[in-house]
Amino acid sequence: MANTLDQFVDQVRENRIWRSIFRSGTGESNLHKSLVVQQNVFLHLFSIKARKRTMEFNATWYLGALTFGTFMILVITGVLLMLYYHPSVPQAYADMKDLQYVVSSGVFLRNLHRWSAHAMVFLVFAHMFKVFYRGAYRTPREFNWVIGVILLLVTLLLSYTGYLLPWDQLAYWAVTVGSNIASAVPLMGARIRFLMLGGTAVNANALLRFYVLHCVILPLFAILFIAVHFWRIRKDGGIYPGDQSSEVGSQ
Amino acid sequence: MPEDENPKLAPDSPEEMSRRQFFIKIGVTSIAIAAAGTAAFSYEYLSPNVLYEPSPIVDAGKPDHYAPDSVTLDPQTAIYVVRTGEGFFALSAICTHLGCLTAYKSDLGIIACPCHGSKFNRDGVKIEGPAPRPLPWLRMWMSDEGNLMVDRSQAVAIKQLVRV
Repeated sequence: MANTLDQFVDQVRENRIWRSIFRSGTGESNLHKSLVVQQNVFLHLFSIKARKRTMEFNATWYLGALTFGTFMILVITGVLLMLYYHPSVPQAYADMKDLQYVVSSGVFLRNLHRWSAHAMVFLVFAHMFKVFYRGAYRTPREFNWVIGVILLLVTLLLSYTGYLLPWDQLAYWAVTVGSNIASAVPLMGARIRFLMLGGTAVNANALLRFYVLHCVILPLFAILFIAVHFWRIRKDGGIYPGDQSSEVGSQ
Repeated sequence: MPEDENPKLAPDSPEEMSRRQFFIKIGVTSIAIAAAGTAAFSYEYLSPNVLYEPSPIVDAGKPDHYAPDSVTLDPQTAIYVVRTGEGFFALSAICTHLGCLTAYKSDLGIIACPCHGSKFNRDGVKIEGPAPRPLPWLRMWMSDEGNLMVDRSQAVAIKQLVRV
């Protein structure tokens, strides 16, 4: 049985169509294994080889990967929620309630989105603490720490803009308070608040602006910086091995 | 670059620039002008010119609707109409801390904010909490029809009462 399955898999991988998509071909050699990673648009961001101990749970507690996992859940559930949500003032709250009580699996998707968002903020901070206390931000990884700080800000902005969308009392007053905090910026505070809300109060324009930021602009920035973040891991020599003598501090 | 090695094409004095430097300067300047223009137009585009928001001028109704010595909140317009023994005045109900809607506690005779615990007396003066300023007095006048009118966009510095 196992033999016939292996034969079938081999047949598929030798197939002309398969070979036209995956050019690296079959084989167990180091070259083939490297080519599989190198010639894949998604995998090529990563190193073709990694040290075994950096792949162990203790090295990273998988916090970065888990953060990316929650981000993927948020993208998928978010796109599905967009199919029922209208970002307009009387409708937004009713749509949120419909998702909870009327739409099949709506409450599951909404709660999955909500809890994943909370989990992502938590995981980003946990990842940051892990990187900080292990010294993984040090040379040559300083710039990836900066990218990470940008990703932290994007995550917090995604969380904040998503907070308004249910258009309930909590959302309304949280964004009223948040936008008034922004207006405390010296000299241009009032202008920042005006641009943020698209008016002088939290209203239809503010809901639409936060919706576009939440669903389009901020996710695009997040994807862009996540790609750079992953690519820098490879460029900076893979995941920090935690071996002080081989990396830094030996002098 | 070969041109630079040619003494005839290189600048004769420090004041002169080569053809290539000239074009680079023109290119960089035009890109800078275009970027500044894009920034200005983006700012203009993102600032709405017309706001479909409620008018700042509120018709608060007839003075008789307000009981003597009372504080009445209209949550829709976020103003208090205060009637004292001498007359009327209007107070903004928006907390000066971070913009929450305050509420009048008639049993204590104070105005309190639910968000961060600021408290004001019925003149808008802060009693306690993080609010940096007192609640502003708003311009109030009597319309020709005998209604109390309030302009929410105009704070009045001198505390003046509308006498009926």
